[in-house]
Amino acid sequence: MEFLPFLLGSVICGFFAVRAARLLHAALWLAGISVLIALMMYQLGAWEIAIIELSVGAGLVTVLFVFAIAVIGDEPISGRSLTPKLLAAALVAAAVLLLSFFLFPVEANSAVSVQSSFAATLWQDRVLDALLQVMLIFAGVLGVMGLLDEPKVRAAEESGLHAETPAPFDQPAPDSHLEEERV
Amino acid sequence: MTGTILVIGVLALIGVGLYGMMILHNVLKLVVALQILTKAAALALVAAGYMNGQLQLGQSLALTVIVADTMVAVVGLALAVQVRRHFGTLDTRALSTLKR
Repeated sequence: MEFLPFLLGSVICGFFAVRAARLLHAALWLAGISVLIALMMYQLGAWEIAIIELSVGAGLVTVLFVFAIAVIGDEPISGRSLTPKLLAAALVAAAVLLLSFFLFPVEANSAVSVQSSFAATLWQDRVLDALLQVMLIFAGVLGVMGLLDEPKVRAAEESGLHAETPAPFDQPAPDSHLEEERV
Repeated sequence: MTGTILVIGVLALIGVGLYGMMILHNVLKLVVALQILTKAAALALVAAGYMNGQLQLGQSLALTVIVADTMVAVVGLALAVQVRRHFGTLDTRALSTLKR
């Protein structure tokens, strides 16, 4: 039960991340959730994934968020949301109640205890997951490169760099026959 | 008892994330709400492994969720940057080009 303060703290951080008026504050509350969830995972004995969650969730993703906010600015957006808050709360309550109906009562099945290392489980039993992760990383990198390269092409087109199309290689240049006559 | 408390915490995180996805209309804050949802999913997998005596399996599944979650965040942030450049705002209500 040592993880109870971390669990409560992560829910409170989530609430403040959603309610935060500024984007930077929302990103910092999200980092707080990652830290508390990593601590909770450590308390449960999942040390490897706790370290990964701490470094990726609280480190990499937070840095990316802060970078994105620095690029696009912290723009306050006000006004009513498309979904009324009362309707949203009712829908969320219905979803949580439905999940609770399927999950409770929680029965721990401690009879099944296959103790192998995390590396053995990942690289032998779940090798397809590891391959999927590699593919996901490549897909993400390619997607980001595609998304962020577009303005360069458009800016080049607007500045007229592509206005003069080069002559094809199989056709002679316009002035080449004049040079031959001079010779 | 431990499992029950863990499940209640996961459900609370899922509720907060879902509520944020519904009421927020800032692209970056939508990514934040999505991150809360996926962190709840990763925690649920670790908790399930803990309760069933298969913690390593839960960890390996949670690792997949974390990788997918990070890639979704990266692509979402890149999309937010592009949305800001093209539309001049991050408001999702201004993104629709259809007639109302």
